[in-house]
Amino acid sequence: MKEEGKKRIWSEYQKEVPDDHYYYVRSCIRQTFFPGSEQAFLRILREELNRDVYENPYHTTCTGIAYHADIVPFDTTMTVVARQFALMTESGYRNYVPSCITSFGIYTEILETWKHFPEVEARIREKLWKATKREFKIPENLSHSSDVIYHFRNEIAEKAKYRLVNCKTGEPLKVVDHIGCHYAKMFPEKGIGGAEFPQVLSGMIEAWGGEVIDYPERRHCCGFGFRQYIVQANRGYSLSCSRKKFESMEPYEPDLIITNCPGCPMFLDRWQYVISEMEGKTYGKNGFGIPVFTYEEIAGLVLGYDPWELGLQVHQVSCEPVLDKIGIPYKLTEKFTGKNKEFLGVPKMPQYLKFCC
Amino acid sequence: MKKKVLVIGGGIAGIEASAFLSNMGFDVTLVEKEEKVGGHLNNWEKLFPTMRYGSEVLDFLKQGLNGKVKVLTSSELEKIERIEDQRFDISISSGLNETADAILVTTGYELFDARKKEEYGYGIYENVITSADLEGYFNSNREVRTSGGKIPERIGFVHCVGSRDEKVGNVYCSKVCCVTAVKQSIEIKQKYPDCEVFCFYMDLRMYGMHFEHLFKEAQEKYGVQFIRGRLSEAFENQDKSVLIKVEDTLLNRPLKMSVDLLVLMVGFVPAQGTLKIGRMLGLENGINGFFKTRDQHTLTNVSNVQGVFFAGCCTSPKTITNTITDARAAASTIAAYLLNCEIDKRTVNTRK
Repeated sequence: MKEEGKKRIWSEYQKEVPDDHYYYVRSCIRQTFFPGSEQAFLRILREELNRDVYENPYHTTCTGIAYHADIVPFDTTMTVVARQFALMTESGYRNYVPSCITSFGIYTEILETWKHFPEVEARIREKLWKATKREFKIPENLSHSSDVIYHFRNEIAEKAKYRLVNCKTGEPLKVVDHIGCHYAKMFPEKGIGGAEFPQVLSGMIEAWGGEVIDYPERRHCCGFGFRQYIVQANRGYSLSCSRKKFESMEPYEPDLIITNCPGCPMFLDRWQYVISEMEGKTYGKNGFGIPVFTYEEIAGLVLGYDPWELGLQVHQVSCEPVLDKIGIPYKLTEKFTGKNKEFLGVPKMPQYLKFCC
Repeated sequence: MKKKVLVIGGGIAGIEASAFLSNMGFDVTLVEKEEKVGGHLNNWEKLFPTMRYGSEVLDFLKQGLNGKVKVLTSSELEKIERIEDQRFDISISSGLNETADAILVTTGYELFDARKKEEYGYGIYENVITSADLEGYFNSNREVRTSGGKIPERIGFVHCVGSRDEKVGNVYCSKVCCVTAVKQSIEIKQKYPDCEVFCFYMDLRMYGMHFEHLFKEAQEKYGVQFIRGRLSEAFENQDKSVLIKVEDTLLNRPLKMSVDLLVLMVGFVPAQGTLKIGRMLGLENGINGFFKTRDQHTLTNVSNVQGVFFAGCCTSPKTITNTITDARAAASTIAAYLLNCEIDKRTVNTRK
């Protein structure tokens, strides 16, 4: 792999990310899947970097998953998104930062549609007005929240307590980056680094001391793929997609996987358990899986945040092997202790996949 | 006084047209930006469909120059101005000034930059090369090896890289890549009989005389396998071989395989020189970025600017045979113009 070739491509796909005043919109599913991630994003932006981030409590779904599952028509999606933009406008912000990759894809697709078909935008404005009496301005900037963390990756590295380095050997951790399909595959110029060799996560990995692993199925879908999972009969296909990726990355012996999409960490994490139950196969060392993280979790870890504050206890694949390698302290006894200090109970143990508790 | 012709570009078309025009009695100056004339033909060892050496053709063409043409190599045009109705004043980088009664543009093509097809990984994966890179091995008599130094056991050729591809903005066929892949795959099999060769194509355009014969020979005599399907993507395996994903459209199923070497059959794009000269002279471009000829059927060497003519690949991709023919046609068209022949007065009437 010739790094200079990748760097040349990266130089062609750099986007402007605003430096402050973000209108942040949460994902529908991330708070359930990886509950500490969005909170970590806000904490990093507000407390570490002293940036202004606003959240509007009236924000709703963008309808993305329903749209891609052919349940909601495009006009409905566009009108809902128009309402989101109206909320942003009313809040006095112009830098729109979605936490969700599906939403990012939806917003990108709609803004491109309106750019090329102004009559569609006019129609949606009329529909929004009729339904809500709201008006909106187009965001001056649309950046995914991983774009924002990428933008501040060097500042985060300067403040970091830990690096993505094996504290015993001094070797960089081997990290697989997995980019949500709707981040750049539809509109390569909207993603940092483009669609084929995205830089958004690999830039973070390198800034924080890790080594990026390229493996043959790097571009392949995580397995979510909307209809692959949402249509129950297709779930075998979802599972086989994830399995294809694990089989492909396994020879490179990655220490961890880092993702920027709501669905990807969910499926790459949970399906490792399912594969282990079905086939007795695990992909990490000593019977463990390959831990899967969101980029906010990794940013939080290098900044020294408590692993359980980041919500790592809800991961199916145990994260402790990575914490041990980096040298991050943690109390196993507090892993399943709730915010109110009450013991929440220990999940049922998998048959094959090793789990720390 | 002899009428003067300036020929811009010393490739196949420029050499052959200069030769004919000078032999007809015109005073010809040929300007070439490279150190030597011959253009792309210098880089190709053997030619389809005969497998003859490219140097044989080039030697033949050069005989026509034979001291009669003023050849200025390592020279570029700096300025062209029309000084009278019929004449041009030309400044050349070497400090020379020339005048010309007619200009023949033969600025040719460049090869498509394969890095633009990012999904194929040229410039990133160690064992992805272009057809021009492979020809470089043949032309310099080097053994074809992978980046790790081993004889390739399996090679894939990808047709239409940068041609017939809306994604990169080139919707046209480059005309020579299909048969070049056939030629190069045969050469690989001749040099390395144990190497498996796969060609991935959309459809094979074997239009030229003997092309079909060569294609058949590749299959029957050399066992080259032709698979109808374009690559969706390529990736580098841990051992640096290239994993490719293709849809086999005849079997209606996806196909995944690893090859030791992946050869991208790069198409033609207008040369930078073509774009520069076009701006200098105010020449019109066609939809594909190549120069637009006055008429597609009849006035194929005539530009939109009086006294400026075209030959060769600056108007569209062409084979060597067609380029030579086009150069001769351009020479006779220019002669008719300069000699004020009756035949030059013809026009094309479009019926409504």
